[in-house]
Amino acid sequence: MQRYIIRRIVLMVPTILGVTFLVFAMMRLMPGDFTDFLGGDFGALDAETKALIQAEFGLDQNWATQYIRWLGDLLRGDFGVSVYSGRPISGDLLQRLPITLELGIFAMAINLIIGIPIGIISAVRQFTWYDYTGRAGAIALLAVPNFWIALLAISLAGKYALWAVPSPIYPHLLEEPIANLKFMAFPALLTGAAGAGYQMRFGRTAMLEVMRQDYIRTAWSKGLQERTVILKHGLRNALIPIVTVIGLFLPALIGGTVVIETIYSIPGMGRYFIHALNGRDLFIVQALAVIFTLVVIVSNFLVDIAYSILNPRIRYS
Amino acid sequence: MTSTSTNIDYDETQLALFGMREEDDRSKFRKAISGIRNFATGYPLGMVGAVVMVLLVAMAIIPQLFTPLAVQKASSIIGIHISDRFETPNIHFWFGTNALGRDMYGRLIYGARTAIMIGFGAVILAKLLSTVIGTVSAFFGGWVDVVLQRIVEMVQSIPTLVFLILFVVMLEPRLPDIGPLSSDMLVILLVVAVHSGFTSSRTVRGVAISLRQETYVEAAQALGASDSRIMVRHIVPNLIAYVIVSASLFVGAAVLLESSLSFLGYGVQPPAPSWGRELNEAREELARYPHLAFFPGLFIFATVWSFNMFGDALRDRLDPRLRGST
Repeated sequence: MQRYIIRRIVLMVPTILGVTFLVFAMMRLMPGDFTDFLGGDFGALDAETKALIQAEFGLDQNWATQYIRWLGDLLRGDFGVSVYSGRPISGDLLQRLPITLELGIFAMAINLIIGIPIGIISAVRQFTWYDYTGRAGAIALLAVPNFWIALLAISLAGKYALWAVPSPIYPHLLEEPIANLKFMAFPALLTGAAGAGYQMRFGRTAMLEVMRQDYIRTAWSKGLQERTVILKHGLRNALIPIVTVIGLFLPALIGGTVVIETIYSIPGMGRYFIHALNGRDLFIVQALAVIFTLVVIVSNFLVDIAYSILNPRIRYS
Repeated sequence: MTSTSTNIDYDETQLALFGMREEDDRSKFRKAISGIRNFATGYPLGMVGAVVMVLLVAMAIIPQLFTPLAVQKASSIIGIHISDRFETPNIHFWFGTNALGRDMYGRLIYGARTAIMIGFGAVILAKLLSTVIGTVSAFFGGWVDVVLQRIVEMVQSIPTLVFLILFVVMLEPRLPDIGPLSSDMLVILLVVAVHSGFTSSRTVRGVAISLRQETYVEAAQALGASDSRIMVRHIVPNLIAYVIVSASLFVGAAVLLESSLSFLGYGVQPPAPSWGRELNEAREELARYPHLAFFPGLFIFATVWSFNMFGDALRDRLDPRLRGST
């Protein structure tokens, strides 16, 4: 186990380094840079001024120097500054990270709360109307563009359900908790719903697999109640594979927050990313891409460890 | 049957699907009809999906069939008709008109071409790529595998939309137009294909690793077959059923990704019609003209739903071992 953990951590290093270099290179290969936007209404800056501004951020040096310096800064926890405001990015991150985290955690909770029970019922009542409805619902959830539902909800809410109208200002979680939860509920529902479709399908498969096992037959023949068989013998074992897929949702979930934050004007990381990218605010884009990636890699790692703890039959070597 | 050895028991429909058996045309036709009938009775929802799919493909190839009115024609849906702007759905403008007076119904019908081209194109490329990466990684193992898997892991750990957006912004102005594919569509197609090609190569690799253990591969090796021969003649043909099934399930996802990108403004550029783009534009006048948001989303939903339904049924039919997995 220890060797497995060490091996996994060692293998994370090239992946993370690869992502940092990829993002670094992409920001420099992109057409246009932030100096193109600095001219304002009266045309572009001349080449000399541009070069001067670029030099101020060390962008005149060669790639190797820039990259190594950036990595060094990252390791010291310094994400650099916004090229527009000159403010350190870490301050903005501290403000925005909790917001996206809140959205992500709610979305994940919704994903699990909707997905797992319906998947289980679908499996336990296989080939009944419960099953067919559950499966059709899962496929429908996978097919619904959540930005479409968001737009429809906003337009209808304007007329009928005022609680779903996006408030123009984000209420802070600690200062106005109730307003905040009201504000986040619908976006979180939308972010989580798409993944819930996958969760249903996966939960159903996992449960079907378990319900076929010998120990379930034994439990039935002992005369245990259906409830006990399903919850205690079935679900507990089915949860093991279900836990492992949680990590697989993260890339899509974070992508989902980008879209939903844009629609609902939630000042989180996703909106920050789009805004920074459109202004070619390169250090912000780099920092965010690295943070997103770290979240995915570390949670996948934790999920794998949790998997081996939950399931004593698995021993990584 | 080809000379390839196989461990999968193909039934008649599969043989017909893969075109592996030579028969006279009439019995082929009869077999196809009865195959379709069996599919329709066994998988009614899959059949609904297949019908919608055929309609969409027809829309993509000959949109004129679906656009009887003059305002729906290709030339008028990209023109500007200020006097007709913001019509609500009526007998002339079935789905209403947008801010530039363009007929929404016509734009959505022509949008099918964009969605289908990108959807199918991305899927074909992605599956080719994932088959190559997965097979090579599984077959060579060692350093090749370690390096390829690190790259796969990199692609997997960057959030999907973040990856796509970054690449689209980087590549967009650099690619040429190819026929009906404008440069922005080509970029989306390529980026979605590369992303999915890498991420889905994981499963292909898993299947290929298990195939490598088969006795017929060992036999081929014992006979002195070269690595590339074993891969091309023995491993890849046995992967095909799996790849076809996963391809049919991915078309919907590709269409959804294209519309998400277009919705965020990184996808298909105006005036080309794209469903995601229409939704983006509908945001501006959402409060007053919600119908502008309703219809494009409905098209996206119907497309993705029917592809998924069809793919699901196809999977159950072709490879029962995969039934119910995601």
